Amino acid sequence: MFTFIVNRLVRSIIVIFLISVVTFTFMQLVPGGPFGSDAGGRPRAPEIQRRLEAEYGLDRPPVEQYITYMTKLVFQFDFGPSLRQIDFTVNQLLFGYDFWDDPLNTPVMISAQLGLLSFFIAVGVGIPLGVVSALYRNKLPDHAAMLVTTLGISIPNFVLGLLMILLFSLTLHWLPVYGWGDSWKQMVMPVITLGTGGMAFIARLTRASVLETLGQDYIRTARAKGLKERFVLARHALPNSLIPVITVLGPLLAAWLTGTFFVELIFAIPGIGKFFITAVTDRDYSLIMGTILIYSSVLVIANLVVDILYGVLDPRIRY
Amino acid sequence: MTVEVRGEQLGPTEKIILDADILERPRISMVRDTLNRLLKNKVATVSAIYIIALAVAAIIAPLITPYGRDEPNFQSTRETPSAEHFFGSDKLGRDIFTRIIFGSRVSLGVAFIGSFTAMLIGVTYGAISGYFGGWVDDLMMRFVDLMFGFPTLLFIILMMLIIPPNSSTGLIMVGLFVALGLVSWLNVARLVRGQFLSMREKEFVEAAVALGASPFRIMSRHLLPNTIGPIVIWLTLSIPGLILVESTLSFIGLGVKPPVPSWGGMLAEGWRAMRTLPHLALAPGIAITLTMIAFNFFGDGLRDALDPMMRGRE
Repeated sequence: MFTFIVNRLVRSIIVIFLISVVTFTFMQLVPGGPFGSDAGGRPRAPEIQRRLEAEYGLDRPPVEQYITYMTKLVFQFDFGPSLRQIDFTVNQLLFGYDFWDDPLNTPVMISAQLGLLSFFIAVGVGIPLGVVSALYRNKLPDHAAMLVTTLGISIPNFVLGLLMILLFSLTLHWLPVYGWGDSWKQMVMPVITLGTGGMAFIARLTRASVLETLGQDYIRTARAKGLKERFVLARHALPNSLIPVITVLGPLLAAWLTGTFFVELIFAIPGIGKFFITAVTDRDYSLIMGTILIYSSVLVIANLVVDILYGVLDPRIRY
Repeated sequence: MTVEVRGEQLGPTEKIILDADILERPRISMVRDTLNRLLKNKVATVSAIYIIALAVAAIIAPLITPYGRDEPNFQSTRETPSAEHFFGSDKLGRDIFTRIIFGSRVSLGVAFIGSFTAMLIGVTYGAISGYFGGWVDDLMMRFVDLMFGFPTLLFIILMMLIIPPNSSTGLIMVGLFVALGLVSWLNVARLVRGQFLSMREKEFVEAAVALGASPFRIMSRHLLPNTIGPIVIWLTLSIPGLILVESTLSFIGLGVKPPVPSWGGMLAEGWRAMRTLPHLALAPGIAITLTMIAFNFFGDGLRDALDPMMRGRE
């Protein structure tokens, strides 16, 4: 087990390294730079643009830029200065001015709270819904659940968010339109908006997987030896049918923890989701690197946890 | 059970022969069979009709829309839905219904062609990986794993930025096909690779090898036809995903440029006026949602129809 984790961590570091190389290469290929007018900035005189590029080291050869950047990142955990939001470092944009002063109020942690809450709701509703749906296959609860989940995976989160704002904020005045961290009321709509799609997806996957498992021979054996149906389900069917489900939970959690553009945009939540898009359109190279590396690190860790969970659910899986 | 034929009581032997006769039904092709089953599924049929209607509307858009696509009318700006403007009009007095229909050209076009591009890449990649196996497979699948490590949307945005900002709509559309195709092929590659990996050990492949068939022939004539079902299901279910991505890109401003309408672009224009003119955002929002619902229901129905054993499962 220990060697397995070490092994996986080493491989993960290689993957993250490769991702940083590919990202860097791609950034070099994209025309325009942070100081040109392509990225929406105002046009500058060529000399000024050159001076700015020299100031931030962008006039150096790409390989040298990459090595300088990665060295600072690895040894000082310094993502460098933001190239477009002058006077801010990427660390400040992502982790706040002083992370340990008020950790819960930093951009990364705000995104993480939103993501984690939505994740728990999605899993907490999705898995039971899928199980119930499978047990009542082709009966009313199943049809109702499948209708809800098909709507759930079909409605884009930005549409759902807008509909909810329209109904609960602008018409009924129950919930505030925007913000995060002042009251629980602010969390209701963003969490539902983000969680619904995942919930529906998890429910459908769980249903399919439970149906598949219930058809297996060992379930018949368990029933044949006279086990109570409740026990057959809890002990034999569920753990095995959850394996495909937790496989998708890793990437899902990683994507949600690192912020989601639309939900944060619609509800004006100060997380890091917006940077995934604005950093690229701004050609803010250091911020792009920062967001991608955070995302892939969280993804790699989430996948590692999933792999460890496999062993818990299915003792036949050994490392 | 005794069977009476032309008033005669049959003996056991004759009865067995008769049963065999009954078993032989008129032969129907797989496509016909699938279609029959699909038509029995009402939700899927309605969804298919909706999709076909939308596709036809997109193609003949100028014939059925009451106004010109970008036709401004400053006498009737920001109107709420009425008989003249089914879905209202925007700040320039352009008819929202007309723009929704024209917008479906972008959404459907990008989703269809993007999915096909992804399918071509994914099927080829997965076929090679699965058929040859061994280190080729190892290397190719590692690459797929690596690609999965990127946030998809960010990757698409990077690619879209390569296209010069003042390009024509045609060039941007081609860029969208390529960008979406290049990131969406991973799942279908895994799917095809898995199928090929298990099938290449089967007897019919061995027979083909023994007859001297080339790898290309075995892949295209023997293995691929046996994988068509899952590929078609994947294709149908990947289209709503791409409709969503296209709307997202247009929302951010990386899709087709105004005044060419797209659903995501219209939503982006409309949502800031939610408080006063909710229909501006609701019309494209509902259009996106309905289309995605239709594709998802149709995809589910198609899966059930193609694979009766798996009926009702994912």
